[in-house]
Amino acid sequence: MSVADYAFYLFALTTVTGGFFTVMARNPVHSVLWLITAFVGATGLFVLLGAEFVAMLLMIVYVGAVAVLFLFVVMMLDVDFAELKAEIAQSLPIAMLIGVVLLMELGTIFGTWVFADGAEAARQSITPAISEIHNTEALGLVLYTDYILLFQLSGLILLVAMIGAIVLTLRHRTNVKRQNVIAQMHRDPAQAMEVIDVKPGQGL
Amino acid sequence: MYEFFTTTNLGIALLIIGQCLLIVVPLLVALAFLLYFDRKVWAAVQLRKGPNVVGAFGVLQSFADFIKYVLKEIVVPAGADKFVFFLAPLMSFVLAMLAWAVIPFNDGWVLADVNVAILFVFAVSSLEVYGVIMGGWASNSKYPFLGSLRSAAQMISYEVSIGLIIIGVIITTGSMNFGDIVMAQDGAGLFSWYWLPHFPMVFLFLISALAETNRPPFDLPEAESELVAGYQVEYSSTPFLLFMIGEYVAIVLMCTLISILFFGGWLSPVEALPDGFFWLAIKIFFFFFVFSMIKAITPRYRYDQLMRIGWKVFLPLSLAWVVLVAFFAQYGAFWGTYARWTVGG
Repeated sequence: MSVADYAFYLFALTTVTGGFFTVMARNPVHSVLWLITAFVGATGLFVLLGAEFVAMLLMIVYVGAVAVLFLFVVMMLDVDFAELKAEIAQSLPIAMLIGVVLLMELGTIFGTWVFADGAEAARQSITPAISEIHNTEALGLVLYTDYILLFQLSGLILLVAMIGAIVLTLRHRTNVKRQNVIAQMHRDPAQAMEVIDVKPGQGL
Repeated sequence: MYEFFTTTNLGIALLIIGQCLLIVVPLLVALAFLLYFDRKVWAAVQLRKGPNVVGAFGVLQSFADFIKYVLKEIVVPAGADKFVFFLAPLMSFVLAMLAWAVIPFNDGWVLADVNVAILFVFAVSSLEVYGVIMGGWASNSKYPFLGSLRSAAQMISYEVSIGLIIIGVIITTGSMNFGDIVMAQDGAGLFSWYWLPHFPMVFLFLISALAETNRPPFDLPEAESELVAGYQVEYSSTPFLLFMIGEYVAIVLMCTLISILFFGGWLSPVEALPDGFFWLAIKIFFFFFVFSMIKAITPRYRYDQLMRIGWKVFLPLSLAWVVLVAFFAQYGAFWGTYARWTVGG
């Protein structure tokens, strides 16, 4: 086995173990930490595939931002997990049923999945071969040159979703003290304080 | 012998470990003296003497401190999540070291010459927040938890503007490899470095780096007057030492990034002089001095002011700069200063 093979098994094991303990961990914070382990393992697999740009994006976006958000929410929420576990027990049969159906579907695909003759060529034709062009550049060409309209449209959808979330949660409370930044910045010592020569025994 | 190190698995593994040690050991030794230097600068500003007992002029102070930390007792607070409690300082130390794998010290002197090097550093530095959050949470104590929440919010906010500033540099270079970024600044010495075309961003990057590494004036996570010492309160002995080393390594890394991205890395400022590691070391040292001076002479920001600067000033400015640089690069403005592509384009 070469070094790359060892690395593959290491990352694959990390990903699977991380995923398993994400589900199994009792403490929700531990759950998120295991999820991060799974992400890091997946990053390693992307690097082995030669897609280092996607790998780094996965690291920056998912591990560096999304998982931090998860961790925040999980740490701050006051959730009673014993109660939650009881609810899960009620819906367990349905969950098991869905799980079994999914597993069976995967089982039927395994071994019977056949690629069409033109599939490989169709996939190859989108970008030049990886040996000719750097993968970051190839991704940039696909996203920003060939499919710029679709890319921008998906960006617009995200923007709409974001504005929607802000509108839903925005409320103007009237009796809240707010800081007036402009006023704060334009204060100077002459306005803000007064030097008084206090005589002993007299007070102000 | 040469074949053993390049063909067999054991040889390759040994070679990689050797190269790692070659970076980590000098870095840690240099760090010991930088810590001493930091304290001396701070003392000089405050008209004190600073460490002056251990060794000549106190130069061995950091080593004495090291022994003191290691020999102290490790105290684990009651109700702490033990595993995460010890994982946190390890994370912050290991991640701080990890980023150095892709930093070039001279032409070709780099452990891993990957073509997304700058993204790797960015990814690793965005992970550094975990050490802080985990440390604060696992301590099972109020002040550390508040400190870690502050720190996480702060680090995430300033990462955004750092990322956008880096994108400006990437657009100009047309590559994400540090070697390419430095070589693109080669030419007329001092004036072909990126500090000139990317002038306003140098300051933005410096300030963002201060906030990202929790240094004064943005040291709110450790604000000793309100939070005792933030996320580090419950830590003692070696785990605390690991946190501290991790923090300082991150600072030196930021100094190195500024030197490489905007001040030509190992290139010499005058064309007649030879390039080399010497110049990079001088630049890193200079920026570390700047960091020390800022620590010594600035008062702490208020937290809402810090967040406002991050999101309402730095983010729009750096985003506008990316658009501007893209425009300059596309139309070859300023005699192609903004489009130094060697590949593609």
